[in-house]
Amino acid sequence: MTGLGRLRLWVGDHLIMLLGLLVLVYMFVPIAVVVMMSFNDNSKSRNVYKFQSFTWDNWTNPCKPSGMCHDVVVSIEIGLLATVAATILGTLAAFAMVRHQFVGRSVANLVVFLPMATPEIVMGSSLLSLFVVAPIVPLGFWTIFIAHVMFCISFVIVTVKARLSGLDQNLEQAAMDLYATESQTFWRVTFPLVLPGILAAALLSFSLSFDDFIITNLNAGQTVTFPMFVWGSAQRGVPMQVNVVGTVMFLVSIAIVLGGELNSRRRARALAS
Amino acid sequence: MAAVETSAPPGPTTPAQPGRRKLTGYWLLLPGALWLGVFFVIPFYSLLATSLYDPKGSVLGGYDVTFHLANFVDAIRDNADVLVRSLWYAGLATLFCLLLGYVLAYAIAFKAGRWRNLLLVLVIAPFFTSFLVRTLSWKLILADDGFVVNTLQTLHLMGDNDRLLATPVAVIAGLTYNFLPFMVLPLYASLEKIDHRLIEAAGDLYASPVRAWFKVTWPLSLPGVVAGTLLTFIPAAGDYINASLLGSPNQRMVGNVIQNLFSATGDYAAAGALSVILLTIIIGLVLIYVRTAGTEDLV
Repeated sequence: MTGLGRLRLWVGDHLIMLLGLLVLVYMFVPIAVVVMMSFNDNSKSRNVYKFQSFTWDNWTNPCKPSGMCHDVVVSIEIGLLATVAATILGTLAAFAMVRHQFVGRSVANLVVFLPMATPEIVMGSSLLSLFVVAPIVPLGFWTIFIAHVMFCISFVIVTVKARLSGLDQNLEQAAMDLYATESQTFWRVTFPLVLPGILAAALLSFSLSFDDFIITNLNAGQTVTFPMFVWGSAQRGVPMQVNVVGTVMFLVSIAIVLGGELNSRRRARALAS
Repeated sequence: MAAVETSAPPGPTTPAQPGRRKLTGYWLLLPGALWLGVFFVIPFYSLLATSLYDPKGSVLGGYDVTFHLANFVDAIRDNADVLVRSLWYAGLATLFCLLLGYVLAYAIAFKAGRWRNLLLVLVIAPFFTSFLVRTLSWKLILADDGFVVNTLQTLHLMGDNDRLLATPVAVIAGLTYNFLPFMVLPLYASLEKIDHRLIEAAGDLYASPVRAWFKVTWPLSLPGVVAGTLLTFIPAAGDYINASLLGSPNQRMVGNVIQNLFSATGDYAAAGALSVILLTIIIGLVLIYVRTAGTEDLV
């Protein structure tokens, strides 16, 4: 290869990495803005879309906007409940789909895929029309819970399935060869190996649930979640504390994800040595 | 996967009775299947019923299912422009997502080395701040006296009175931004599986890097392209958050109309009909698309 060709290849290689990093920057600009605006003092101006001056006030008085903290708590409650329910139902289903035989596999695959590929507005309006025709529970906290579990299950199944089918089955075989019973093999070998996938699915469920607006808005009745609070106040100009909640959410989930990553790296290193 | 159990050498553990084994799958699947059946599949039936309601009814007085097919005709007549606009915006946003997402996914899969996992975490990280809060921050970025508009005006790329907010540009930029991770992840999954030796082989056979990409990398990444474009286009077509927060009433999308019909107007029949139409159009487009792209294994 000539020197010129090598130079061109080098530029080509790094050009793509550079462009990729630019795309990442594009993805993070709005988050930087959210963090920046959480320190914005807008007491002197009604324009909430411009940085005025620096203040700690939003962080020291996060609950100042009336109702916001209450709505955040509602979102967290629904998020936790929906995460637990969806993670259990989805994990069981993922085990069935990877490890067991049953009739109707292709139908099951389709039904799992569809909620991820249906526009939220259509899912939300169909659910609303069910709740109107068959008022099992009044619109509110529990209808939001039902909706959130519904759209989280698919994401849990896909995530756990990926982990489960990537599992080295020789490990389980080895446990069985060493006279472990079926349940011992499951709890001492299979489950710990699948656990990272289950935790990732739970984290995904919580953030999907906490963040959902379109389906929630249709099925909420009188209940107000955090995204609905943001939507409602967006007409008048959002309070800056909304950015505090956004920043905290971001930091907490990054900490969880990075913590998990470091933990698995440490374990891999411990195994290698 | 079950095949492994049967083909394994007989271990010391006695195998469970075949009858029980066969049923375990069903029992594990049952709770999730019931939930999805009752709260995902059945609602489509009630949505269809709603779309056939007699529009003279009301939520309080109840509706009669009169197979009022005129609902569909009315919905299309009243909203043809909104429907076309939604598909158009979603299509453009998908195209931009594909361009940006491919570059990023390619860089992570082929060039990132040991930084791969970190970069993947960064791709999903924006998911973890609220969708609405992130979209609102675009309002600041694109604001009339903001950095972007000022720069473009100084460069005379925009007139002094032109704005970005409340234009299709803002809505499409918002859609592109919000659904980009849905594009990057499936693309990455496809690109990561490609055997690098195939690309090297193309180079050894005197293909230029560009030609190797066209003939080897791109065809092998097609499953990811199809999955990614679907996962971007479908939610984007139904979205109304970007259109409401970043656009003006002139950029209304079909989601805005459905939401309004349900909550503000209370016209359930029209809202149901419009939802069914949106879903039908999307299913139709997806079927044509998947058949043209020739990939069957999406899931």
